[in-house]
Amino acid sequence: MRITCPLCGTRDRREFTYYGARDYLDRPGEGAAPEAWDSYLHLRDNPAGRTEDLWYHEQGCAAWLAVERDTVTHEIFAVRLVAGGEASGGSIGPKKKPRRKPAGKAAEGQA
Amino acid sequence: MRSRSGRGRAVMRYSGLKILTEGLFGNRGWKPVWREPDPKADYDVVIIGGGGHGLSTAYYLAKNHGITNVAVVEKGYLGGGNVGRNTTIVRANYFLPGNQEFYSHSLKLWERLEGELNYNVMHSQRGLINLFHSDGQRDAFARRGNAMINQGDDAVLLDREGVRRLLPYLDFDQTRFPIYGGLHHPRGGSARHDAVAWGYARGADQRGVDLIQNCEVTGIDIENGKVRGVQTTRGAIRAKKVAIVVAGRSSQVAAMAGMRLPIESHVLQAFVTEGLKPVIDHVISFGMGHFYISQSDKGGLVFGGDLDFYASYAARGNLPMVEHVMEAGMTLMPMIGKAKVLRSWGGIMDMSPDGSPIIDKTQTEGLFLNCGWNYGGFKAVPASGWCLAHLIATGESHEVARRFRLDRFATGHLLDEEGTGSQHNLH
Repeated sequence: MRITCPLCGTRDRREFTYYGARDYLDRPGEGAAPEAWDSYLHLRDNPAGRTEDLWYHEQGCAAWLAVERDTVTHEIFAVRLVAGGEASGGSIGPKKKPRRKPAGKAAEGQA
Repeated sequence: MRSRSGRGRAVMRYSGLKILTEGLFGNRGWKPVWREPDPKADYDVVIIGGGGHGLSTAYYLAKNHGITNVAVVEKGYLGGGNVGRNTTIVRANYFLPGNQEFYSHSLKLWERLEGELNYNVMHSQRGLINLFHSDGQRDAFARRGNAMINQGDDAVLLDREGVRRLLPYLDFDQTRFPIYGGLHHPRGGSARHDAVAWGYARGADQRGVDLIQNCEVTGIDIENGKVRGVQTTRGAIRAKKVAIVVAGRSSQVAAMAGMRLPIESHVLQAFVTEGLKPVIDHVISFGMGHFYISQSDKGGLVFGGDLDFYASYAARGNLPMVEHVMEAGMTLMPMIGKAKVLRSWGGIMDMSPDGSPIIDKTQTEGLFLNCGWNYGGFKAVPASGWCLAHLIATGESHEVARRFRLDRFATGHLLDEEGTGSQHNLH
């Protein structure tokens, strides 16, 4: 899979780190109800088909990207910058790195 | 069409003598293992999903609770989903209360499963060894081992020489992750994945459960907050209770009932080599490299690694992860370098935000949910069915599954075994 970064051009998937669905852009405001936080952190549409999710160009320009793609075919339709783009609000700036899985998790696979 | 009711018909018992006799007379006496009934108009319980968990739920509903007016509806064929696509590890090495007692219960069910089902599921308790590579990791594994022993299961902390006696072929002096020792779980092992589904299917069918294949659920009927049945590609089926047991497609089916789940779907790949003579006697996990391996009874090395890390429903994997898994395997045991990989495949995992599953009621009366098995669903098949059957029959969670609640994400009672936080792909 290749992702076309608006700043760097088409790059290998390995340069990018996946964070999650675009729901992470809609961070609840101060005083939001607990249900809003539950929805923000946990609940997902999780479509089999077209979706938009967030990727970090870790080994490139370090920009956050919103990638519109198909979860079944892996076709990518559009990539846009989160910061400075038309995305609304959100706490994800270019300086916040996504958490990556630490080495040492018990790799048990489908056990 | 064959008889609708399983009760009262002659049930074939499998035995060594039976195999011998059939062998002598040309194997002409074997009967179909289960019926293929058309769906009836209504049932007491409809289980959506004919995988391991759905079939074991049907079996225990009939066996433990006497509820036999049950249909399992499956959009493809029985056992054609993740129960037929996994790497077959069976273990009870969990740490957190809530997980511990559940997997412990499951392992005990595994240990008597073949006699129970009169079906050879090839359960092999060959021992599982989790390797560690630092003093800190040794402490963590010692703690986990003590928790396992306190739960009543078994664990042995091996030092480097202890591991070397069991697994002399590992590269102990690799520069990145030298092996310090391992946590040995002797009752861990593997089983024949398809056989587990088939054994439960046969047992459920014999007790009168209708197993309905090629029947996709297209809608869930709800009236006044109460479930009434399902719409399927083979017509409407009324039901007093409905259970969604479709890990891999949970979000889609739950959406039919107006639910939005705490699930994100990810692909996990697995690999198998050509058949080799017996060389790996245990199940080995190399967590630092995201690699685990065992050898099947056919001789193939069965191994895998980590998720592909981005949401996907493509039942195939990406090449960077293939490369990563091969590198980890070569780091751990260079002896496998000349084995040829026969095939690789991917399964769709219900990843929950804390890495633990959900067995619970829903906001709709009579509608139950079993999902979120992450990549650990296979070993859970017996206890998952046992506990969901208990919940459906009694309305109360089984004591070993009472923390697998749907609302635990909202209330903060997470079961985050790995302590990696609320991000679906980090578990």
